[in-house]
Amino acid sequence: MSTTKKLAGVALAAALGVTTLSACGGGDAKDKTAGAGDAPKSKTVTLVSHDSFNVTEAVLKEFEQQSGYTVKVLKSGDAGAALNQEILTKGSPRGDVFFGVDNTLLSRALDNGIFTPYEAKGLAEVKPEYVLDKEHRVTPIDSGDICVNYDKAYFAEKKIAPPQTLDDLIKPEYKNLLVTENAATSSPGLGFLLASVGKYGEDGWKDYWSKLKANGVEVVDGWEQAYNERFSGSAGGKKAKGDRPLVVSYASSPPVEVLYGEPQPAEAPTGVSTGTCFRQIEFAGLLKGAKNEEGGKALVDFLVSKKFQEDMPLQMFVNPVTKDAVLPELFTKHGVVVEKPENVAPETIAKNREQWVKAWTALVVK
Amino acid sequence: MAVPLAFFGLFFAYPVAAIVGRGLKTDEGWQFGRFAEVLARPDIADVLWFTTWQAFASTLLTLLIALPAAYVFARFEFPGKQLLRAVVTVPFVLPTVVVGTAFLALLGRGGLLDELVGVRLDTTVWAILLAHVFFNYAVVVRTVGGLWAQLDPRQEEAARVLGAGRFTAWRRVTLPALAPAVAAAALMVFLFTFSSFGVVLILGGPAYSTLEVEVYRQTAQLLDLPTAAVLTMVQFAAIGAILAVHAWTVRKRETALRLVDPGRTTHRPRGWAQRSLLGGVLLTVALLIVLPLGVLVERSFDTPGGYGLGYYRALQDAGAGGGTFLVAPLEAIWNSLQYALAATAIALVIGGLAAAALTRRGGRFVRGFDALLMLPLGVSAVTVGFGFLITLDEPPLDLRTSWILVPLAQALVGVPFVVRTMLPVLRAVDGRLREAAAVLGASPLRAWREVDLPLVRRALLIAAGFAFAVSLGEFGATVFIARADRPTLPVAVARLLGRAGELNYGQAMALSTILMLVCAVSLLLLERLRPDKTSGEF
Repeated sequence: MSTTKKLAGVALAAALGVTTLSACGGGDAKDKTAGAGDAPKSKTVTLVSHDSFNVTEAVLKEFEQQSGYTVKVLKSGDAGAALNQEILTKGSPRGDVFFGVDNTLLSRALDNGIFTPYEAKGLAEVKPEYVLDKEHRVTPIDSGDICVNYDKAYFAEKKIAPPQTLDDLIKPEYKNLLVTENAATSSPGLGFLLASVGKYGEDGWKDYWSKLKANGVEVVDGWEQAYNERFSGSAGGKKAKGDRPLVVSYASSPPVEVLYGEPQPAEAPTGVSTGTCFRQIEFAGLLKGAKNEEGGKALVDFLVSKKFQEDMPLQMFVNPVTKDAVLPELFTKHGVVVEKPENVAPETIAKNREQWVKAWTALVVK
Repeated sequence: MAVPLAFFGLFFAYPVAAIVGRGLKTDEGWQFGRFAEVLARPDIADVLWFTTWQAFASTLLTLLIALPAAYVFARFEFPGKQLLRAVVTVPFVLPTVVVGTAFLALLGRGGLLDELVGVRLDTTVWAILLAHVFFNYAVVVRTVGGLWAQLDPRQEEAARVLGAGRFTAWRRVTLPALAPAVAAAALMVFLFTFSSFGVVLILGGPAYSTLEVEVYRQTAQLLDLPTAAVLTMVQFAAIGAILAVHAWTVRKRETALRLVDPGRTTHRPRGWAQRSLLGGVLLTVALLIVLPLGVLVERSFDTPGGYGLGYYRALQDAGAGGGTFLVAPLEAIWNSLQYALAATAIALVIGGLAAAALTRRGGRFVRGFDALLMLPLGVSAVTVGFGFLITLDEPPLDLRTSWILVPLAQALVGVPFVVRTMLPVLRAVDGRLREAAAVLGASPLRAWREVDLPLVRRALLIAAGFAFAVSLGEFGATVFIARADRPTLPVAVARLLGRAGELNYGQAMALSTILMLVCAVSLLLLERLRPDKTSGEF
């Protein structure tokens, strides 16, 4: 082993000797100072997350100034892939804090023991129903609802009421109107499957999906295809001549349609069927073996602070989990509050996810 | 020899072995029983079957469509030939995300084909097969065409003078000489399509999955490492077998053929048959290669307010993509260039040393090493990427969050191209020249500088160009290790495509167009440098 490493050192030195001459100026000087500071009293704190993580630069800067830490963000793929990389590097993590494990994957994270318990300052402000781990290995950061969205114009024109519940979706007047995502590869697709499990139970969901299939549900691979190409209510769908007025998306999608509209419409062109929802909660946790534990704790505190909680809605289109966070007007005006989302316990999901997805694929896709 | 071996050992074999070991080894020892268990699963059997038959179909279709082009490029002289040769090679170095996007724009819903004739192919296997032909067209044109251009046409003429018919003469004289090159090209296409990832992921939809896609799903999505490990080993065995057959055909090809200067074998097309053959090939290139690339360019200018540079301008804004980036997407170009330069340097050092070692020595061991260098082309990027995560995690080699990891991963893919390009030229350097220089009193360094360097300089530049273009387009491994603040072009394109909104889609098209241009320019420069004598393999 030691000879391999020595040889590797030679190879690396040879390669590096050339590369330092030819490439990589500015950006890397910064890395080196950060690396040098990785000793005991590190001033850098690293957040590992999925590709959707986002924060306003000014908000992050403010945290850096107040705490004295420099924040480095590593994004590594979608939520599932990012978490799996953390599980693989357990004990020797790439960062200090991981953000982005949701309630459908929570058990996998906890069973693998990748987090150190830490009770965040400000946890008292977090609504208790979101605190799913009593040992505080993870801290809830945001929540969002996966729901069927409808095209308001279509239903107004046809003079029929848009569907409101899962039961409505199998009625004849909504035949051939719904498009959803592949539950095996897409998180809203999985969420919608879980909504049906929550509503009809572990025995009844297959029967529901048989009826949904008979009623002409269409399955595409990802959210992008479903929402931007097939759905007739979105800006993208209109351009692509999408002809499905019902789509599985998020409760926050209507405000997004307003925000990115050109010009911005006075009213959202889409609505939410509030009886079809599955609630997703996203958590963050201090990684076991973190090099900068103190910095990591400060970072978790920051994620549940009012400043970050109020920044999230327009950055990641999710809802804050703290009681005192005020939602932006765009959300209160065009969004909806889902009173009773469907729920499935994280342990039940962990135990059955794969088997449900397989059964679903056999039933609906094949 | 030691340096390339150490490089491959540390950055390829060790990570791959570690991740496979993680899957197959438990506290009770190795679980080889897993093989039978996994391979007996009907869904896995489906994947194996699809992987194999689509690779056969893709290879056959590519040969069918590209062989006439190989002939045209070899035998005919026509204006714009050099440019065209560069154009057909562009797809080969384009990242699969870009190609997948181009084909969606062409064959998908609301795509060109849909609007013109109402046909959609995006969820059928035809989209996958056509995209594979698009990708590998150049492999056949270059490998077969290169040799064809150097075959002396007078041999066939002689056979005809002796009374053989046109077809018999071709079958008895040209075909046998050409067969090893065709076999080698077919095997390379088979290798690339057998391990197809991005094309199948984007165009395959929920219904189709290759072994490579399944390894990705099992590793990244389900964390079912045992299944992933079994599938990796199966793919490894298949790739190994393909490479072994490839090495065998290469050796057969090295049997002496009477080769002539390609400049002497070409002529302007004469007569109706030859002109229509040329026309047919040009039409195929236009439909199959220029059109998808053109659609990409067209969409990058098609803003809501009419044609314009809106999407390109938006690339300068860090807030673009709904804030998908911490930096302006335009900076991805600069990142990509830096990474690619570093990767090229590494690939040249490693590949150059390997090629030199292969020239100096012979024997079975060296041939095995030659094949080993090709293996990274056929092994799943996610396996390598995840392997990096669990092996390079201790100082002094905790490289997991270091920028150097990206060029290292890209260099793995670049090295085979460097070796393939350098090897024939290095082998052709006459050792006696070096000895003569030494006799005349030159130091070894001086002899190398005065004798070897001038001879290999061109090949070195070509190898560098290829490694550069391939690194620029590498996506699979990069996507797992590129840092958020420094995305490469292909990673930035993929991130933009994953976001809602017209602006993001338009910017993805604009960035793809830029990437395509950079690749095309480096290839055009290569065409100018390409020495006449070495046809090379790629």
